[in-house]
Amino acid sequence: MSNNLETVNRSDNMMKYVFWGLGIITILILIVIIGYILINGVPHINWEFLTTAPKDSGASGGIYPMIISTIYVTFIAVLIATPIAVLSAVYLYEYAGDNLFVHLIRFCTETLASLPSIIYGLFGLAFFVEFMHLGWCVLSASLTLALMAIPTIMRTSQNALEAVPPAYREGSLGLGATRWQTIVNVILPAAIPGIVTGIILGMARAIEETAAIMYTVGSSIAAPVTVFDPARPLPLHLYMLATEGISLENTFATATVLIVMILGITFITNYIVDRYQKKMMGE
Amino acid sequence: MNKHLEEYIVEKSLLIVTVISIIIILLIIGFIFIEGMPAIQEVGLIDFVFGMEWSPSNDIYGIFPMIIGTIEMMIVSLVIAIPLSVGCSIFMTEYANTTMNKILKPTIQSLAGIPSVIYGFFGLVVLVPFVRDTFGGTGYSLIVASVILAIMILPTIISVSQDALLAVPSTYKEASLGLGATKWQTIYKVILPSAAPGVITAIILGMGRAIGETMAVIMVAGNVVQIPGSLLEPLRVLTSNIAIEMGYAIGLHYNALFATGIVLLIVIMILVLIADYIGYKSRVQGSGDL
Repeated sequence: MSNNLETVNRSDNMMKYVFWGLGIITILILIVIIGYILINGVPHINWEFLTTAPKDSGASGGIYPMIISTIYVTFIAVLIATPIAVLSAVYLYEYAGDNLFVHLIRFCTETLASLPSIIYGLFGLAFFVEFMHLGWCVLSASLTLALMAIPTIMRTSQNALEAVPPAYREGSLGLGATRWQTIVNVILPAAIPGIVTGIILGMARAIEETAAIMYTVGSSIAAPVTVFDPARPLPLHLYMLATEGISLENTFATATVLIVMILGITFITNYIVDRYQKKMMGE
Repeated sequence: MNKHLEEYIVEKSLLIVTVISIIIILLIIGFIFIEGMPAIQEVGLIDFVFGMEWSPSNDIYGIFPMIIGTIEMMIVSLVIAIPLSVGCSIFMTEYANTTMNKILKPTIQSLAGIPSVIYGFFGLVVLVPFVRDTFGGTGYSLIVASVILAIMILPTIISVSQDALLAVPSTYKEASLGLGATKWQTIYKVILPSAAPGVITAIILGMGRAIGETMAVIMVAGNVVQIPGSLLEPLRVLTSNIAIEMGYAIGLHYNALFATGIVLLIVIMILVLIADYIGYKSRVQGSGDL
């Protein structure tokens, strides 16, 4: 009997180490991947790399047009997705109640969130590029990316609305404000940090995307001026450099810029949310 | 009265915006079917799905090797990812101290945020040469693709199963520990079983991500159309097939790539339905318990 107890205790102890090990492995994976890219990439980044156009199809020169393309495409995508996503979230949470329609919408957004990016790419090609005759351009890519960002922004905004204390809503309605006045003047301001988090998450999704824009954005090396110009965002440039084996140094440097952008966005978001939560707790 | 009219207009306008999500889904499904159906009609559904040869230059389109390749890759990556990710979520909810959780949370966010091309590039410059030098062959292989995918689906499975573990009422745990069970016994016999629907949903979402991933897989899988017989052989999956060939496809070839998209779309929608059903069923059961 005591032997049995000993075995049980020993296995309990052993499992503790196993789980600690698994946690540490997860951290190590991230450190190895990011560390490897940064160590090989950082030495090749300089002012010239960030501010000049690529030469010899990327073998030398910089990535300035790609940085502009990324910012341009992402900005337009978020601009299109945000109103649709936030207003949908407002309707679903403040007006719709709990009925079949809400379940249908939820199922649709879940499906939208789960669709592979290449499916979005196919749709963007068939619909925006060809059916709407927009051609390969910033706008086609932005519209495609906007569709991908909508479920992300919508879900986060809905969580933010849910987190607004019911007393705010009741107080405003009790003072005679209409539902819409309550939403605009009371609920949305209170939910703004959550909504901003959602927008930033949607942005991160748009920045990193490759498959969805491969066949919608074209692949011009020049920086886009209007939304009807073709472009080449960073991930697409990275993919081309890596698979065509053009220049390993420039590939590492491009990867580094992309990682720094994404991690920067992630940590800024965390900081905003943290600060806001502390402020709310303080009140 | 005026106020009521305004409210009415606002509500209906918001409703219209909300319906956009449904319209988008219908448009996506509609356009992919419209562009893909001609190929399925021309080739025949059976020949398309079960055909062993993919040869656009001869107008032969069979995607069976890619279907099997996709399934094999998904299974291998889940075998790697499930123990690591479910274990990590158990670690975060049951074992980790605040410091470890403070490190792990941004770690998982960052893993989720790293673009797929970066994972693919890492696989290309680190894992492919490693496999080539250690086991021979080209290095572009099922195993490298699966390892990279496993890492990519970690954050999805970890965060969803962590939510499920956190939702287990603490009274369950306290009762089990109070009866003299050890921590591991409590996790294994009490917490995991009651969190099971959530953990399974997490795995299904991971599965969906694995099937849908495109860029990282293209970069490391070798993209040869064949059923991989071993972990070291190259393969081509459904998503890669579309991304690689769409650049120069015309006519029936173009339609055949959209038809590949139809197959992908159907598989993903089935997974979403299953995940939804499990979520629905576990909610119903949960309220039954109370």
